[in-house]
This record gives sequence, structure tokens and C-alpha cells, in this order.
Amino acid sequence: MMMDYVWLIPVFPLIGFLINGLVGKKLSKNTVGIIGSAVIGLSFLVTVKIFFEFLNLPPGVKAVEKTVFTWISSGAFTAQAAFLIDPLSLVMLGVVTGVSFLIHIYSVGYMHDDPGFYRYFSYLNLFVFSMLLLVSANNFLLMFVGWEGVGLCSYLLIGFWYEKQSASDAGKKAFVVNRIGDFGFLLGIFLIFWTFNTINFREVFDLAAKYPVGSGVITAITLLLFVGAIGKSAQIPLYVWLPDAMEGPTPVSALIHAATMVTAGVYMVARCSALYVLAPFSLTVVAVIGALTAIFAATMGMAQNDIKRVLAYSTVSQLGYMFLACGVGAFVSGIFHLMTHAFFKALLFLGAGSVSHALDGELDMRKMGAMKKHIPITYWTFIIATLAIAGIFPFAGFFSKDEILFYSLVDGHLLYWGIATTAAFITAFYMFRAVFMTFYGEARWDHHHVHPHESPPVMTVPLMILAALSAVGGLIGFPIIEGAHKFKEFLAPSIAPLHAEVHHAMSFEIIMMIFSMAVAAVGIYTAYKCYVKTPELPEKITEKFPATYDYVYNKYYVDELYDATIVEPIKQGSDFLWKGVDDKVVDGAVNGSAGTVAWLSGVLRKLETGFVQNYALAILIGVVLVTGYLIGR
Amino acid sequence: MVVPLEHYLGVSVALFALGVIGVLVRRNVLVILMCVEMMLNAVNLAFIGFADYFKAVDGQMFVFFVMTVAAAEVAVGLALVVAIFRNRATVYVDDLNLLKW
Repeated sequence: MMMDYVWLIPVFPLIGFLINGLVGKKLSKNTVGIIGSAVIGLSFLVTVKIFFEFLNLPPGVKAVEKTVFTWISSGAFTAQAAFLIDPLSLVMLGVVTGVSFLIHIYSVGYMHDDPGFYRYFSYLNLFVFSMLLLVSANNFLLMFVGWEGVGLCSYLLIGFWYEKQSASDAGKKAFVVNRIGDFGFLLGIFLIFWTFNTINFREVFDLAAKYPVGSGVITAITLLLFVGAIGKSAQIPLYVWLPDAMEGPTPVSALIHAATMVTAGVYMVARCSALYVLAPFSLTVVAVIGALTAIFAATMGMAQNDIKRVLAYSTVSQLGYMFLACGVGAFVSGIFHLMTHAFFKALLFLGAGSVSHALDGELDMRKMGAMKKHIPITYWTFIIATLAIAGIFPFAGFFSKDEILFYSLVDGHLLYWGIATTAAFITAFYMFRAVFMTFYGEARWDHHHVHPHESPPVMTVPLMILAALSAVGGLIGFPIIEGAHKFKEFLAPSIAPLHAEVHHAMSFEIIMMIFSMAVAAVGIYTAYKCYVKTPELPEKITEKFPATYDYVYNKYYVDELYDATIVEPIKQGSDFLWKGVDDKVVDGAVNGSAGTVAWLSGVLRKLETGFVQNYALAILIGVVLVTGYLIGR
Repeated sequence: MVVPLEHYLGVSVALFALGVIGVLVRRNVLVILMCVEMMLNAVNLAFIGFADYFKAVDGQMFVFFVMTVAAAEVAVGLALVVAIFRNRATVYVDDLNLLKW
């Protein structure tokens, strides 16, 4: 049968994980790197093969399910280890395996001098395995397994340099914050089983279709699932872990915290589009949170000096865009932006890695500058990715972002559009601020000790491939011309439409595009003005509004707020449970009963006088009593 | 002449009671051992009395067993007393209270 070997896709990385994890220590670095990358490459090839087989399916067949084995069977509950192959999962499989493959190759160069090389690759392989499970599962429970698996790997890789206090703290923070979201997700799954008596995606969606729009239980399910998405995809109010996650190695940030794992929430919402279209309230929540996150994170990105943190806030902001798209019912646009974002954001992170590689690990943009002539390949690929994220025609980000802006206006609300457009302006500004601070101006690094050098080909070739994808990847979703939006056509069977497609005037679409490009251009010009032409301007502005700058620079004090309102009370509560309840009550009960027994023994031991005759008397009394009893009975 | 059973038992009880009191109140280990012997012999006397009364030899047989055990017991007991005396230079149970709490 066709596609029977779909299970190979996640199994290859699992094999890589086992080999690297178990015997990687004894293998040479080259072998570890080759195994780690090759298994992902094989997964990618299988995905491509299945993609073409899928295209050749007879028309009308929209999805194929392949059961490998029955995983759990208990009463009415069954969960299968089975894969759902449909356009949505194919897009995700393609993005995950493709981008992962490139990042694995890049990592061979980037991590070359790290003593934990084999550990790094085994974690990375395990991550890809979990992620592939997440996007190809055919039921909620198996998806949850992948969901938790990627969370674990994220924790392991953020804290990869665990000797560093800040890295292990960041790993813990990510893990704990994600737990909150996962709890919501799990409750959502319980509610789904309770309501529909099944956890299979397609069965659930078929059954849900019988419910009226806006029914309470569907709204509850979708809101709970969205809590999971908020945690995993770093949305307000659970976004705080993502900026700290930058403590991990840069390729990890590119793979997990930009291209794949953090988009799992968007994928899940799109996968459950059939449920979300039945819950208008949940959609509004999704859209509002998405829009707020988009602008909130963007403003925080403006004042960061660490290049990776700029990119982290940018990721949070872009994820907000994706949720905004889902919230207004444009699930396809959300997934489209997910894909293009995976290309250009992975490229940006890898580019940042390449810059810091050239500067002996420096990440502070205030100590960079004038890198353009030293690392030309990195510079040009970084520029392409920046143009893509800023939304300049014809780079990938332009098409997807423009689509989101368009739908947020026509299907959403003027307010959504206003927020998203403002965020787009800020995005263009802070991204070009990063470019100008890094590649232009004066060299602010130490000339005597640092000698910038371009990265080896093993790192630059993935950059170039990703740059090519960032440049032309958006063309598969070409708007305006009827039938040119191949991506939407392909993805349509997986997505439940909110309402029938409305045709808009071509001139309206074109005006929208020109406007969003103009906004991006203004953002770029502002950055140019501030950081190239008159470098003293930003300082003047900050001096003029010191309070505002301080507020933004410190990320609105959200971390401090969470510390004060959530972390500290929990700590104090735990402290009370420890010193009050555990030390006094629990230990008191244990020590108290032991003390009672000891005291009683002290009384009873007086019986042991040591005089033989006392014992003899006791025996005699016993004999008399027993005999008396026997006789008198 | 026939001695009635009551006489046998009366003497036996008297002897046994003497033995018990001796074991409980005397402080000299040697005397205590002797009192133990007396209790054993009181039992022997009861056996003999019953053997005579029932005209059966089982009782007399038991007496031999008891005498054997008593002999062995005295042998071990005296040996212990000697050992204790060598160790602690006393045979008074008041001083032998090592098992005290």
C-alpha cells in the first residue's frame, strides 16, 4: 500500500537519538554529526516521497490515516499509534524535517568545539522525533505525547550549558511556564473525550459538526486547548519563558524557539479549526490575544541590545500575528505565515549565530558594528531574512504578512488591522535597527583581540538555502490572481472555513499591499535615520522620555510583576508548607509517636528488675491463674 | 499396711509448697537449687502415690525419668554456680542482677 511507511518519518530521528545518546560518547564528532543530520535528511526524503504520493491520490481523497498499532484500549477508550496524512500535516512535516535538516548541518559547524557535542545531537534528534509525532498524530493523546516531548527537549536544550546558572534557570522557567499551558491542554483533551467519547481528530470534528455554533461545551474545549497553545507558543500572558530561552545554543533557538516548537500552538489551533469555527467567542479570544501579543512583544523588541533577544521578542510578536490570523478565521494565512516565518526566522537566528561565531560569542549589539565587509555571506542572507520579516515585496514574509493584515481588516475589525499594522511598522524598525547596529556604523568590538572571520561552508550553505527559501517561499501563496494561491488550494481540505470565500476587488487588495509596504518602508527609514544617519538621535529621544524608555527597556517589568504576584506568594506558601506543615505537623506527628513509645517503654522496663526470684514469682502467679481458670471453668 | 492416697498427696503438697517458698524467698543459689530438687521430689512422691492407688507401674517409671532429669539439672546448675562464684565471688541472687534494666 502507498504511504504505509509513513512511520519511518519519526522513527529515523528516534534511531539517531538512540545511537547518539547511547554510544555517541565513543564516536568521533564527525560520525555523530553525520548520523544526527543524516537521519533527519532521510525523514525529509520520506516526507517528500509521501508528498508526491499524496498529490497522486484520486481526487476526493482528502486525508489518509495509517494505523501502526493500537496503543491503548480500555473500555470505550482507544488510542492508536496512528498517523494522519493530510495537507496540513504534510506542510508541517515538510517544514519541520526541511528546516531541521538545515539546522542540524549548521550545528555541525557551530557546535564543533563543544564537549557536549554528542549530547547536543541526541537531544536535537529526540526533539525532531517528538515534533514529528506532534504534527502527524491522528488523535489528541498522541499529539500530547509529542507536545510534552518537545517541551522536554526544549528544557534540555535551553539548559544545555547547565553549568551556567542563568541557563539552567531559563530551562526551569520554560518548563514550569509550559506546564501551565499543558495543564489547560490536558483538561481540553479530557473534556473532548467526555463530550465525544473519542479522541480521534476526524471523528471529533465530524461529531462536533452536529453542535450549534456557539455551544458552551465547544467554547470550553477550544478555550482550554488555546491555553495550551498560549503556553507553547509564548503568547500573553505566558510569553515570559521565550526570551529567557535564548540561553540555549543559537541553532536551538533557531530550530525550537523560532521555526518549529513554538509554532505547535498555531498548528494545533489550525488543526482544530473545525472546533474553533463553532466557537466565535474563542476565536475572538484568540484574535485579541494574538493582536495584543504582536504589538506588545514588538515594542519590547525595540529596546533590547542582545541580538538574540531582539529576535526572541520578534518571534513572540510574529506568533501573535499567526494567532491573529487564526482568530479572524484565516487559518490558512496563519499556517502560511508559520511556514515563511520558519524560513526567515530560522535564517535570522542562524545569521545571529554566525555573527557571534565571528566575534567569539559576542551577542551584545552595542559591541558589534561594521561587520558587513568581514562576513559578507552572513550579511547578505541576514538582509534577505530581514526584508522578508519586514514584509518587503517579493520576499516570503510580504505575502504571508500582507494576507494576515488583509484578513484582519475584512474578516476582523479595524482595530485588529490598526494594531497589526502598527506592529508591522515596529517590526521593520527594530529588525533594521538590529541590522544597522550589527553590520553598519563603527566597529565597536575589540580590534586587538577579536578578528572577525566568515563561518565555514557547513554553516554558510544552510544560510544560503534558507535565504533562497525566504526570498521565494512566499510565491506559492501569490495573491490577487485567481488560482495562483497554490498554498491555500492545497491546504483547503484540512481547514474548516469560517464562511464562504468572499471575493474582494482587485484594486482594494493592491491598495492594501502598497499601504503595508509603505508602512514597512517608513519603519526601515526610521531605523536608518536613527542608527546610521544620526546615531545620536536615539539617545536624545531616550533622554527626553526617560520613564518610557526605562519601562520598555525593562520589558514593562512583567517578569518582576509575575515574581511579585505569582512566584513569591507560591514560594512563601511553599515555605510555610515546609517549615510550618512539614517540619511541625508531619515531623511532629512522627517524632511524637516515637517519643510516646519511648516513654511507655521507660515505664514498662521497670518490670525487668534483674532478680531471678521476681521472675519465678511471676511464673508461679501465671501458673496459678491458668490452673485456677482451667479448674474453675 | 496400706497408706491411703490422701497421705501421699498431703506430704507431696507440703513438700512442693516448701520448695516454692524456698525458691521465692531464699537468697542463696545453692539453697534455691536444693528447693528446686525438693519440688521435683514432691512430684515424685505424687507419682508414687498414684501408681500405688491405680496399681499401675507407669507412675514409677516416670519417677526414674524425673530423677534422671534432676540429676542432670543439678550437675548443670552446680557447674553454673561454681562459674558464677569464680566470676563474682558471690552466690547470693541479690548481687546477680545483670539483667536489670
